[in-house]
Amino acid sequence: MIIQAIFFYLFAGICVASALMVVTSRNPVHSVLFLILAFVNAAGLFVLLGAEFLAMILIVVYVGAVAVLFLFVVMMLDVDFAELREGFLSYLPIGALVGAVLLAELLVVVGGWAIGPQVAKAAAATPDISNTQALGLVLYTRYVYYFEASGIILLVAMIGAIVLTLQHKPQVKRQNIAAQVARGRATAIEIVNVKPGQGLS
Amino acid sequence: MTVGLGHYLSVAAILFTLGIFGIFLNRKNVIVILMSIELILLAVNINLVAFSTFMGDIVGQVYALIVLTVAAAEAAIGLAILVAYFRNRGSIAVEDIDLLKG
Repeated sequence: MIIQAIFFYLFAGICVASALMVVTSRNPVHSVLFLILAFVNAAGLFVLLGAEFLAMILIVVYVGAVAVLFLFVVMMLDVDFAELREGFLSYLPIGALVGAVLLAELLVVVGGWAIGPQVAKAAAATPDISNTQALGLVLYTRYVYYFEASGIILLVAMIGAIVLTLQHKPQVKRQNIAAQVARGRATAIEIVNVKPGQGLS
Repeated sequence: MTVGLGHYLSVAAILFTLGIFGIFLNRKNVIVILMSIELILLAVNINLVAFSTFMGDIVGQVYALIVLTVAAAEAAIGLAILVAYFRNRGSIAVEDIDLLKG
């Protein structure tokens, strides 16, 4: 139990510290790297909570895909990030004020909250099946429509991202499949009567 | 010394607040605003998984999975819009995004 507490405070502390660095660091590349650190530590918290599958998904999706996407965009755009940081200090007081009020409210809610005794606890997770198996047992049966809907969301996001970033350059030669398929004898060959001793043309 | 539901909810509350704080702090930088939104969604996911574990109900994790999907899709679309906007206008500063004169 003590080891669990030590790891909880380790993961939570690093997660919160790196989240603070995400929003305050000067260089956006450092922000992305701290975002990766925050997500890895959140995955550690998920493991402590017994949600191993979600922890691994968090690492695969965020560290493997989303963070790399952010890194690509940050490095690809030729933006003067120092200019974007102007006014950073002027926004600090109002941001700190709103943040402090919000945090105080949230912590009051967390502190003064209890599960009502009349709320029936759902059946505790059976210990003989793993977290992944338990998740699959409900995800592919009762919640299969939600699963399909998230697949549709990903498809729409993929098509949207491709359509948004695809650009047609007129000077680039492209494959014209219709012309290739319609190519026949008349368009492909020409019979020339070559006279002896004379070249073509 | 035992770690209870309140501890996890506190971590999620701090992360959520840091996300909001980041949106206020980086008013001009869209990329950091998108990262702050990712932090907010991460806080939501920690809440969902914590409740799922302490209530003994796996459905919270199913919902966290769907939130994760939507967050990934949102990041991809947001960054694609950012790249397309930068290609057209040569800037991603928030105050330059005023074509609609809102």
